[in-house]
Amino acid sequence: MATLQLSNVVKSFDKITIIQGINLTVSDGEFVVFVGPSGCGKSTLLRIISGLETATSGDIHIDGQRVNDVSAAHRGCSMVFQSYALYPHMTVYDNMAFGLENLGVPKSVIATKVQAAAKLLQLEQLQQRKPTQLSGGQRQRVAIGRSIVREPKLFLFDEPLSNLDAELRVSMRAEIRDLHSRLGATMIYVTHDQVEAMTMADKIVVLRDGHIEQVGTPLDLYNQPCNQFVAGFIGSPRMNFVPASQMPGAKAGAHSVGIRPEHAQLADDGPLQMTVSMVEQLGSTSILHGHVVPEAPFELILSGQTTIRRGDTVKVSAPPDHLHYFDPNGLRL
Amino acid sequence: MANFFTRTCGRVHGRTRLHWTDWVSYAYLVAGLVVMFGPVLWLVMSSFKTESALSQFPPSFLPYSQKMVVVAGHDQPLPLYRVKDEQGQTHEWAQVRRIGIMATMVDPLQPQTELKVNINDRQPVNELKFASGNYTELFGKFSFGTYLWNSVFITVVATLITLLFNSMAAFALSKYRFTGQKTVFVLIIATLMIPPTIILVPAFLVISSVGLLNSLWGVILPAVATPTGVFLLRQYMLTIPDELLEAARMDNASEWRIYWKIILPLAAPAMAVLAIFSFMWRWNDFLWPLIVLSKSEKFTLQLALNAFQGELNTQWNYLLAMTVITLIPITVVFAFLQKYITTGIASAGVK
Repeated sequence: MATLQLSNVVKSFDKITIIQGINLTVSDGEFVVFVGPSGCGKSTLLRIISGLETATSGDIHIDGQRVNDVSAAHRGCSMVFQSYALYPHMTVYDNMAFGLENLGVPKSVIATKVQAAAKLLQLEQLQQRKPTQLSGGQRQRVAIGRSIVREPKLFLFDEPLSNLDAELRVSMRAEIRDLHSRLGATMIYVTHDQVEAMTMADKIVVLRDGHIEQVGTPLDLYNQPCNQFVAGFIGSPRMNFVPASQMPGAKAGAHSVGIRPEHAQLADDGPLQMTVSMVEQLGSTSILHGHVVPEAPFELILSGQTTIRRGDTVKVSAPPDHLHYFDPNGLRL
Repeated sequence: MANFFTRTCGRVHGRTRLHWTDWVSYAYLVAGLVVMFGPVLWLVMSSFKTESALSQFPPSFLPYSQKMVVVAGHDQPLPLYRVKDEQGQTHEWAQVRRIGIMATMVDPLQPQTELKVNINDRQPVNELKFASGNYTELFGKFSFGTYLWNSVFITVVATLITLLFNSMAAFALSKYRFTGQKTVFVLIIATLMIPPTIILVPAFLVISSVGLLNSLWGVILPAVATPTGVFLLRQYMLTIPDELLEAARMDNASEWRIYWKIILPLAAPAMAVLAIFSFMWRWNDFLWPLIVLSKSEKFTLQLALNAFQGELNTQWNYLLAMTVITLIPITVVFAFLQKYITTGIASAGVK
């Protein structure tokens, strides 16, 4: 249970600056997701918070206390790694008990805490197994269990679900959310998957090239993306961008207009003319791929099934209150 | 095993008979077996021969020795011979004494009558007999126990210290980033290029000036840090993911605990390989102990073996028995740890 404050955090390796002045406040009990394309510095930022990397400049405060010079062990964070990083030679029980043993906690206390964590994560039957004898989801749970037995102030997750298959990912997503609501702890979660970010976060931090692009609730980011990058990154399929010149009645000064595929509609009097290059029939919905002008690809989601075929031309419109306008620099108007 | 032996080229191609390449392979393997294993087997057999059987010509593979019989009227057992008399009949007679080319013999069944026989007319009667006395007498005859203890002490202690120091160095070189890391590593590896004979005299001067001459520690300490060991372990430790160390750091583990609880258990295969090597090096080491240890109560087995030979007459039967005993520890270590050698070397070599 803790607050986290990052002020002007910079990280550079030799001459390359990975993190370029991050300011962020995470309040107590919040579930914050760092999301961004690969190489945006989100994992590095997490490692700076954990203490595994040092910040080149800037301050990190946990619970109001400056922790820049505090070692990873003493910051009171716990981390779940992408590869789980379970100790392969130890049993599940020993894996979870290792942190407490290092703190010199009495054996009986360790046993109670590990039992409690094992129960919470349904690992009771597996405690004497070695990590290699576990499935991916079970390993993931052990990694989480290892981090919760120590009752850390801050939970850090570094892309913990990326090694799991799609189905397991969905259920683990729910489990982690559930865990958060039960523990009420502050959690920071790094992912490159915007669906994970949308479904799990109280607050999403979108990062690009070491900058924070936007911070907000998932729906804020969906409804009011502050620039073209966030607009394109949040939402699936991604937002279509059409030159403002193609769109009658566009806002003055707008360079491009963003239309989400789920908001675009087929309309005989629509202002946009789309040439269909591919049709994906998903049964309940159909996705049309094509373009309105050669350089502007366009996707459109229709509910139900369709008879439109490749090569057809359709007229498209969009409700005015679902249009997003961006200036030549990509900023929202 | 049977499956292994019958997995031949001929079988694979659907024929029941052996292909000529199979014959060549088997011949090659059998030749290899004889060349590699023959001398060892001969050594073991010879170690069970009596001194006289050893000097016999032509030599025999199995430990034969002359049959002795107890004859009434004689205190000692007498050697038995097969004698051909003038009628061309053969008898088994025991020899009482021999003067020149004439031997005085007696028929064990009629001990009263002594017979004179030309020594060219008799052949010794041999029987298969393992002279276990070679082994049992060793312990009383020489301070064999002391030598064995010295050897075991040096080998075990040196191996333990070698493992500890080399793995610590390897841990630092593989998992920490510090200035001069590469330089240190290259320096360590570079010492591989210096032949041990070159540093023999300087090492001796150091050991003598710190007063470790004639001390087992004088044998143990100089070669505790081996570049080969550091290299072997470092290469293996590079394959241990850094994330494990980071996880341990997040788990409040001190660097020593990370080394002791995470790195060491995970580097076990490479450690086993180094343990075997170190065991072999130390057990078979001859030159350095010879220089450092001059008092016979500090001798290792290898030095004691050498001392046997140095005397005016070599007691081959004891020497051979002792050689066999010296081979046993290495053989045992190999038998139990050999699977680690292959896996360890294979995985240490990959990365």
